[in-house]
Amino acid sequence: MPAADKNAKFADVAGAAEGAPAEGEILAFSREQELAAYRAMLLIRRFEEKAGQLYGMGLIGGFCHLYIGQEAVVVGARMSAKSSDQFITAYRDHGHMLACGMEPKRVMAELTGRRSGYSKGKGGSMHMFSREKNFYGGHGIVGAPAPLGAGLAFADLYRGDGSVSLTFFGDGAANQGQVYESFNMAELWKLPIVFIVENNRYAMGTSVARSSAQANFSMRGAAFNIPGRQIDGMDVRAVASAVREALDWCRAGKGPFLIEAQTYRYRGHSMSDPAKYRSKEEVQKVREEHDPIEQVRARLLAGGASEDELKQVDAAVRRIVSEAADFATNDPEPDPSELWTDVVL
Amino acid sequence: MTVNVLMPALSPTMEQGKLAKWLKNEGDKVKAGDVIAEIETDKATMEVEAVDEGVLARILVPGGAENVAVNTPIAVIAEEGEEIGPAEAAAPAASAPAKAPDIPASAPQAVAAAATVPAAPAEPAAVPAAPSPAVAAPEIPPDTTLIPMTMREALRDAMAEEMRRDQNVFVIGEEVAEYQGAYKVTQGLLQEFGPRRVVDTPITEYGFAGLAVGAAFAGLRPICEFMTFNFAMQAIDHIVNSAGKTLYMSGGQINCPIVFRGPNGAAARVAAQHSQDYAAWFSQVPGLKVVAPSNASDAKGLLKSAIRDANPVVFLENEILYGKQWDTPILEDFLIPIGKARVARAGEDVTLVSFSIGVSHCLTAAEALAKEGIEAEVVDLRTLRPMDVPAIIESVRKTGRCVAVEEGWPQCGIGAEIAARVQEEAFDYLDAPVLRVTGKDVPMPYAANLEKLALPSVAEVIAAVKAALYR
Repeated sequence: MPAADKNAKFADVAGAAEGAPAEGEILAFSREQELAAYRAMLLIRRFEEKAGQLYGMGLIGGFCHLYIGQEAVVVGARMSAKSSDQFITAYRDHGHMLACGMEPKRVMAELTGRRSGYSKGKGGSMHMFSREKNFYGGHGIVGAPAPLGAGLAFADLYRGDGSVSLTFFGDGAANQGQVYESFNMAELWKLPIVFIVENNRYAMGTSVARSSAQANFSMRGAAFNIPGRQIDGMDVRAVASAVREALDWCRAGKGPFLIEAQTYRYRGHSMSDPAKYRSKEEVQKVREEHDPIEQVRARLLAGGASEDELKQVDAAVRRIVSEAADFATNDPEPDPSELWTDVVL
Repeated sequence: MTVNVLMPALSPTMEQGKLAKWLKNEGDKVKAGDVIAEIETDKATMEVEAVDEGVLARILVPGGAENVAVNTPIAVIAEEGEEIGPAEAAAPAASAPAKAPDIPASAPQAVAAAATVPAAPAEPAAVPAAPSPAVAAPEIPPDTTLIPMTMREALRDAMAEEMRRDQNVFVIGEEVAEYQGAYKVTQGLLQEFGPRRVVDTPITEYGFAGLAVGAAFAGLRPICEFMTFNFAMQAIDHIVNSAGKTLYMSGGQINCPIVFRGPNGAAARVAAQHSQDYAAWFSQVPGLKVVAPSNASDAKGLLKSAIRDANPVVFLENEILYGKQWDTPILEDFLIPIGKARVARAGEDVTLVSFSIGVSHCLTAAEALAKEGIEAEVVDLRTLRPMDVPAIIESVRKTGRCVAVEEGWPQCGIGAEIAARVQEEAFDYLDAPVLRVTGKDVPMPYAANLEKLALPSVAEVIAAVKAALYR
């Protein structure tokens, strides 16, 4: 197996939560499942840290929105989904791509604007896709994933193939009108779509309290009769549990389902965020008490995993990320002729 | 005192319609609000109510009469016991507003109503004669059977044929299904293809445009109808940012095979927010194709090509052209390539470049100019992006003069682009500056006289041609 494929598979956790028994509002993960979650989340964490470094070195340009702190949301969702289900999100998207099994080195090469990037260097951090992995972006416009994701679900229903669209957006996007236009059509036509609001408490620099009249985002679908769940988005098992319920609902033909995953981003909105709108203590408290990766790590250790075993995972993750960074910094820029390609078919 | 009942207008662009049937007979008593007759157009059916109490003294236009001009007296209501003379009954409507369309009538029968119809208001007769309905197009082989068809029917047939051919094609938009299309363009599609493939949406342009784009990403082929392109402004983010850019942003992975279609530009008397030509806006965007047919035959061939295209196509129709007829070929699979202009009329003295309804103005102007010994060549762009600049240049090299005609605003318009390209690529061939005839640089006014002034006219085209010829 070529190294690239192996690395992609390392993080693709599609279906990994299958068979886990429900325990209240969480799934009881086996050790294998905890390890799968740990690997995938750690890869995203280390990948994003590396991306932050490369940005600081001027190797990544433009906007770069890191997913650090929110890893449990997409990993938990992917663990309950099938690889045939579509994923779509906005611009904080690197974690979603890795969780969907896209190759870390090609994601990183896109961040550095190189020719082997997923978009040949023409999309950048906010605009990446993989039809093969059913990842539909990577969109730079806040709120746009909601109707686009509903369109993917429309196609699923049209074809009757049983697939579901998992459509992610943030608490900030949840105040966009097109989200509610999408809710209305999704329920009206019983589209198989799970709307996942990643509530990381800040729309750029504006806190939920300062932006949202109804801060319980799981209730935002109530006016359309869309069932909602508000869950601990820092617990990968809680996400996997809610997404399993949602997918069952969708696959039974009952229409859309809304999940608010309460999460937190440790880094700024983008790399250029001065973070004047929250205290260092607030960030520190979440890191120490609710870190999604530390929670899994603690459970693994408590369940009998050895430090050595986890160190091996850490080493494997570091190797993958390091290879991705090397690849992304040595890969050539796109050929100038690429300027004119892919405008129309 | 008698009151004439006039043929009503059912829409801003209606010029004539069918008096389907009478629900009251001569001599029947009527009171205000009673339904006395049914009127039909190709777009809608409406009941005619009595506005006064009295007796339906005389029916002037029998049930079943076709092509009855708007404002024709169709009946007389008299007070009970009142006698009416024939002269009174035939009196034309004094209150009929002066209509002054510059738009050529589509077909001779548009003016001549059924023989039993009393004299129609004089204005329609003053409308310039229709341009030759035969559409010369290289895509139509000789000896092809042609039948007269409205643009509305041509568009509907194009959609139906492509939906039969490809299960992935579906229609989505406001009132496209049960209402049969706000402008009846999707008439009959629901009956043939069912609600899975002919989808009525809520009034939610941003949302359903985005949804249609998402479905196209997933490999379906949506035909996304906007009731008019004015409302597509709510959705322009998804047309430009999502549909137009994703192929590029994905390095060629995710294409978006979608058609955004609907009427564009001015209809009649619907004022500023319903009367804008968006041709220049959309044609500026790389990643989109933009098509604007001028006749039914082109509309059919181009829409079929647009539906099969792997890219997003903005298909700009024109409400005033919907009801007009042109000879349209009966061909198994009639496709007109996107990106190819057509010489609608050959000439040596000046090149007129236009698209959509502007082509009608140009052809009418060209006929008038011919009487003065000026032979204008009319280039119908058909597609605005990619623009067939070589076809313009070829014509300008021959004539040495160029006038661009469009309904849109002048600044950064299609004409501005044509002027730039012509001076870049045919400067040495020019004997005069490239001139533009455009919509005026104002929001569309409501008043009939002001609206007429705001729109480009045949007279302005003629004047521009003479200016280009220094005559």
